[in-house]
Amino acid sequence: MSSHAEPLAFSPRRIAAMVLRYWYLLRSSWPRLLELIYWPAVQMLMWGFLQLYIAGQAGFFARAGGTFIGAVLLWDILFRGQLGFSISFLEEMWARNLANLMISPLRPLEFVAALMIMSLIRLAIGMGPVSLLAIAFFGFNLYGLGLALAAFFVNLILTSWAIGILVSGLVLRNGLGAESLAWTIMFLLLPLTCVYYPVTILPHWLQAVAWAMPPTYVFEGMRELLINHTFRADLMVRALALNAVFFALAVAGFIALLDSARRQGSLLQTGE
Amino acid sequence: MLGAGARGSDGLARRVRKGQLCGIVPTSSARAAEPAIAVERLAKTYKSGVAVDGISFALEPGSITGLLGGNGAGKTTTIAMILGLIIPTSGTARVLGAEMPRQRYRVLHRMNFESPYVDMPARLTTRQNLKVFAMLYGVDDVAARIAALAEELDLVELLDRPTGKLSAGQKTRVSLAKALVNRPEILLLDEPTASLDPDTADWVRARIERYRRERGATILLASHNMAEVERLCERVIIMKKGRIEDDDTPQALLARYGRRTLEEVFLDVARGRMETRQAAQ
Repeated sequence: MSSHAEPLAFSPRRIAAMVLRYWYLLRSSWPRLLELIYWPAVQMLMWGFLQLYIAGQAGFFARAGGTFIGAVLLWDILFRGQLGFSISFLEEMWARNLANLMISPLRPLEFVAALMIMSLIRLAIGMGPVSLLAIAFFGFNLYGLGLALAAFFVNLILTSWAIGILVSGLVLRNGLGAESLAWTIMFLLLPLTCVYYPVTILPHWLQAVAWAMPPTYVFEGMRELLINHTFRADLMVRALALNAVFFALAVAGFIALLDSARRQGSLLQTGE
Repeated sequence: MLGAGARGSDGLARRVRKGQLCGIVPTSSARAAEPAIAVERLAKTYKSGVAVDGISFALEPGSITGLLGGNGAGKTTTIAMILGLIIPTSGTARVLGAEMPRQRYRVLHRMNFESPYVDMPARLTTRQNLKVFAMLYGVDDVAARIAALAEELDLVELLDRPTGKLSAGQKTRVSLAKALVNRPEILLLDEPTASLDPDTADWVRARIERYRRERGATILLASHNMAEVERLCERVIIMKKGRIEDDDTPQALLARYGRRTLEEVFLDVARGRMETRQAAQ
């Protein structure tokens, strides 16, 4: 039975409880599981075949083998990481369970930690099979990137979590009317972070905006690696520094929005 | 209950003016034991208007109190402020000595809440839901606690069924199990028998009564159901437009209003008949 002592400020058991809650949900629904794999697979196949076609037409692309597929897979880490975080959060809104959580001893940062773990689990379920498909269909081995992949992954997942945290805070504060942000916000980053083309393609003034975003460094780093076979550690360090700022701002924003939701009474009414 | 605990300041002031104090002790007076819940000049104002208008009351440990009021009276907002879900505009709500929501993590594991308007994840089974909440509340032997709750609340057959597939009455029992999973000292119930048939509602009331008796818990119950309040509560706080209109034992209220049921008392308060009658006299 629970004791009268104040619960721990950060409890792995409460985080485990929330992860368990989402895991129960995920395994109870095959459409949810299928959805995790479906879009990444479709996208990877489409871009993979397009790259095969272009590679046969132009010498540069023949040299830049895997750039498109690599970009697609890395973009999916960014996009699916955020979606995995936000959808787990939205499940609470859809289930009208948020008030139950907010009156429990669960702390906001434990909630965020559980959502981050679920984002990783959902990403593994979705990206694991798709990365194997990339090997089977196009001979592109994402894992062949080695340590560089680890650096890319850490930076992309941190950005995806930062955006997921902020979006969750906005939905918490504004209700399900803000739900569409969870599905669309990342597409703003698609052109700005130069997923499929180098930063130099952008107008000069927009390049400054692009360099303010951590994923830009990752996609530039990936092209350097695949085209020139050079790992740019400096780009990864800069991305990590920016991610630290993004993540801290997102957590501060989430806590401020939660506080605002408590003022507005929106934790009880979590509809539109 | 008369004289045992603090009373609502609004109703209190009115009754003092009317010479009806009858031994009621004001909130500010010294008390032997710290109240389980102490609300002082609690107010909540939204852009749309005042939801709760400076109410005060205190609940003794082990007491069961009904919060009565029509739609928009401020009952749910009051309960939400006691739970720490809403930050008051002014005033304080203290639970077991902790100011809500600022010090909520000192006491959230010792309280719980049930409302038909807050659901539990529908795709999870009853057992899975109870396990998750037991872990969140720091319950030690989760399996044993779930087994005991299933026995007490007649949930054994429902443990492995998804919560979303249960009937309204079954869902209420599961929600009540969730609310009791940590054996709370403070239990807040928002219309616990809304939309239940009379038989199930009676069954739920009996379980609430038994829990209070066995655990010595303090219960605050918001309800529209006068028979429920009359049966369960030893004290009734009647709210109207965010203020406490009256606060006493059911018997004292019936005597004061000259009515036979709390429903008649409630209608007198809701329609302002008492004031009209007194003005006529």
